[in-house]
Amino acid sequence: MDTEPKFFETNPTAGVVGKPLNRVDGRDKVMGRAKYSAEFNNLPGLVHAVLKTSDVAKGRITGFDTTAALKQPGVLAIITHQNIPKLAKTPNDAEDKRAIGVHMGYLPLTDDQIYYAGQPVAVVVADTLERAQYAAALLKVQVAVEKPLASYEDPKARLFDPTKLQEGKTAPHVVRGSAQAAFAAAPIQLTHKYTHAINHHNPMEPGATTAHWEAPDRLTVYESTQGVTRTQKALSTMLGLSAEQVRVVTKFLGGGFGCKGSCWPHTVLTVQAAKFVGRPVKLALTRPQMFTSMGHREDQTQTLRLGATNDGKLTALIHEKTSTTSPWDNYAESNSKIVNMLYECPNFEASYQLARANVMTSTYTRAPGEAPGSFALESSMDDLAYQLGIDPIEIRLRNYAEKDPSSGQPWSSKSLKQCYARGAELFGWSKRNPKAGVTRNGRLLVGWGMATASYPVHNSQGMARARLYADGHAVVQSGATDLGTGTYTVMTQVAAEALGLPVEKVRFELGDTKLPTAPNSGGSVAAGTVSSSVYMAVQDLWQKLIKVAVLDKKSPLHRAKTADVEVKDGRLQLKDNPKKGEDFATLMKRADMADVEGNGQGRYGSGYEDAQTAANANPAKKDEAPHHSMHAFGAHFCEVQVDPDLGTVRVTRWVSVHGAGRILNAKTARSQIIGGSIFGIGAALMEATVRDQKLARYTNASLADYHIPVNADIPDMTVEFVEEHDPYINAMGVKGIGEISMVGVTAAVANAVFHATGKRVRELPITPDKILGTKAV
Amino acid sequence: MTDHSTPDPAALPNGPNHDGRRSFIKQATGFLGLALAPPLISQAERLTAISKKVEGVTEMRLKVNGAVRTIQAEPRVTLLDALRERLDLTGSKKGCDHGQCGACTVLVDGRRVNSCLTLAVMAQGKEITTVEGLANGEELHPLQQAFIDHDGFQCGYCTPGQIMSGVACLKEGHAKTDGDIREWMSGNLCRCGAYPNIVAAIRQVEKSGFKS
Repeated sequence: MDTEPKFFETNPTAGVVGKPLNRVDGRDKVMGRAKYSAEFNNLPGLVHAVLKTSDVAKGRITGFDTTAALKQPGVLAIITHQNIPKLAKTPNDAEDKRAIGVHMGYLPLTDDQIYYAGQPVAVVVADTLERAQYAAALLKVQVAVEKPLASYEDPKARLFDPTKLQEGKTAPHVVRGSAQAAFAAAPIQLTHKYTHAINHHNPMEPGATTAHWEAPDRLTVYESTQGVTRTQKALSTMLGLSAEQVRVVTKFLGGGFGCKGSCWPHTVLTVQAAKFVGRPVKLALTRPQMFTSMGHREDQTQTLRLGATNDGKLTALIHEKTSTTSPWDNYAESNSKIVNMLYECPNFEASYQLARANVMTSTYTRAPGEAPGSFALESSMDDLAYQLGIDPIEIRLRNYAEKDPSSGQPWSSKSLKQCYARGAELFGWSKRNPKAGVTRNGRLLVGWGMATASYPVHNSQGMARARLYADGHAVVQSGATDLGTGTYTVMTQVAAEALGLPVEKVRFELGDTKLPTAPNSGGSVAAGTVSSSVYMAVQDLWQKLIKVAVLDKKSPLHRAKTADVEVKDGRLQLKDNPKKGEDFATLMKRADMADVEGNGQGRYGSGYEDAQTAANANPAKKDEAPHHSMHAFGAHFCEVQVDPDLGTVRVTRWVSVHGAGRILNAKTARSQIIGGSIFGIGAALMEATVRDQKLARYTNASLADYHIPVNADIPDMTVEFVEEHDPYINAMGVKGIGEISMVGVTAAVANAVFHATGKRVRELPITPDKILGTKAV
Repeated sequence: MTDHSTPDPAALPNGPNHDGRRSFIKQATGFLGLALAPPLISQAERLTAISKKVEGVTEMRLKVNGAVRTIQAEPRVTLLDALRERLDLTGSKKGCDHGQCGACTVLVDGRRVNSCLTLAVMAQGKEITTVEGLANGEELHPLQQAFIDHDGFQCGYCTPGQIMSGVACLKEGHAKTDGDIREWMSGNLCRCGAYPNIVAAIRQVEKSGFKS
């Protein structure tokens, strides 16, 4: 098909899409049959690799003592920078890095340098895991140790203005209006500093790679990744192979949250180790290694200056961020983007400063930028509300942005007012005592807080294939991944509805580079892009069948114009005379077709709007067509109870309401919002990786010491979605909810803590020491 | 180049080889540290009746999900690695290998244990139940079905541990209230944040009066 139909025009009937279907992969998961990337045990001659990592954060390797390690039975190889085969390209070269498409501009074992603690210095391969582990422990590494830099907070750290952030994806300086002058003139001026601890994604499944060289030029990798295509590109480019010589498979993924969005060094090293020993090799990172192998949310300070009128209208927002980056890359989460667009404010300015330290490159972590950025903005908005004696929802409504302030574009859709209203109703917000520090439940202080959430619809595109069999079942494929978000399930629903088949008759396959290319599952793009691709693939298939029907003398649709034929629930019929038609099975059997296949490309974001505009508008006026700013919006409401003597905080109630376009599955979507909120509660109250400021090593790299929420930390939660139809974002009208679920959560908790205690904590996480050490206002 | 030799991979058998044995005690102290040595010695003595050798690679017999399985493994092999790497029972998951996350939870003689903190040799002669052994053929255990119904998981990686822990939690009588469930299920981490749904699943089975 030349153009993409608008889903709501072509298929307005509600079928199985959106229904709270149980997960189609649920049985496999509860029965232990789902195979994750370290669980392909039946490869011929499979052996185990273990990483030996550096204990120090800076230095130069002067030698290895392998004697004891090599004496161990079953040891197959000790691979170091001295004997590892050379790659065709490495990300150490900036230009090659772009070609490879990895996040970090350094690959360990390419030289004798140590840049960060936890950096791999050797790979030990043995016939069993225990032998590999023990041999790695016996391997001695001689290092000329140097003094490391731990973070931007180190007095010796050199702060610099990056000319480019994230390889140009984020502008390091943004100026809109004249923020400095407007701030200076504002009757209300708030200047506050916010710090965010280092956070680690810590998916339950540690990063894992199983590499199998099926031939000297043919590689299959079972990889724990959010994007099989990106991994394929990275590996094939580094190895000097063509893409189709490298197959990447990810059938089940044990969470990711951003850390599995890139191809990291351990994956490359495992592939090289498999080549080295001539056998399939499996490597699973240990939990401590997870803290130094797949990135993190960087340590950062934000300074937000907020200028407002006496009736609470914003006049200026000035945002500055300082954070730590690695020796090679200019990476910082783009915090300022949400500060720029969330509220109507005529003057805005943002800048970033970085300092290099001896750490690996930080990376995308659930709602990268929006999560910490909204903590600063939404805390300051709360301050403004209290200072002026205005309700926190009312202050936000007074600054409600009717169009995107950062671009001037109209929104493709925005249901934020409904989210505020419904959230307030579900939470009972009207009963809130406006005074902070006065509501009690026994001796515990009770506080209510709220915050706004928003996340953009990024640009993305992907492909899918649908094959319908004459006997009434179908296989639909796209090389997407399912992080646990429900991709398997929702795509089955989309395909079943488009095909007019029961869901049991549709199998959706994903997670393999042999399938049509799909984008990384990240940045909330998967649901919208892949569902649109699937929908398009089915439309393609119907068009092929319609062509068969109109040429078939025995078909009731013989000689009809293809444009006059529609397909409803698997029946091909005339649009203006639906009685005239036949079902696909009858047609296919008569035509002796065993199956019919369709291919579809789905676009997400402004690419879709461009395609629509080009198709619909007068070509001469194409450039005048309006473009939209595309975002999902929502609101979180939180109740906490704070022990005034111990400073402990418990979240006791939670309400989230979002407007995020079409919701593909009410059950899995609710779970995703709950999960994102819990991720945010973790960041708000407990999560912090502590980097020793002298040694630049993490002091708490384990799940006993890095606290993520446990069951007892979390109450029952209420989640709702506002019905929202957005015709501009993609054929399915889906905005994606993986990230927005976390945006604003830390601020909602902090605002509730303030309401409970009158104490404003601006350093995450809000641990008891900070509550006890902060004065009430 | 580093001074090391790489054995010819083709010459190696698929699986642990049997040369270079050291005594069990030496391994135990080397690998696990001194603190664990004394109980292991007595355990080793007791186990001689079951496996004739307590050094190097030995034959172990594990009764998993009702069937006795024989493996060749060293005494330092954990129950989790025996299940995952030797028996291809990959339902039990490794999330931390340190007893901090609960993803490896299995039942040993009906009690929930972290199989990553249990040595396989010590589980001989005991009834081991993993998530693969919970269903009756294709008929799910009520808690497995409840996890599906209440969407008690997303990625599914902590799920086998959650379910095994939940089965034990119900049996222990620690699922009488939501507060109890939350407390007694807090040894099983879930990063996707399915906690409210996990509580709902266990609550449903408790309310149904199911007796395991």
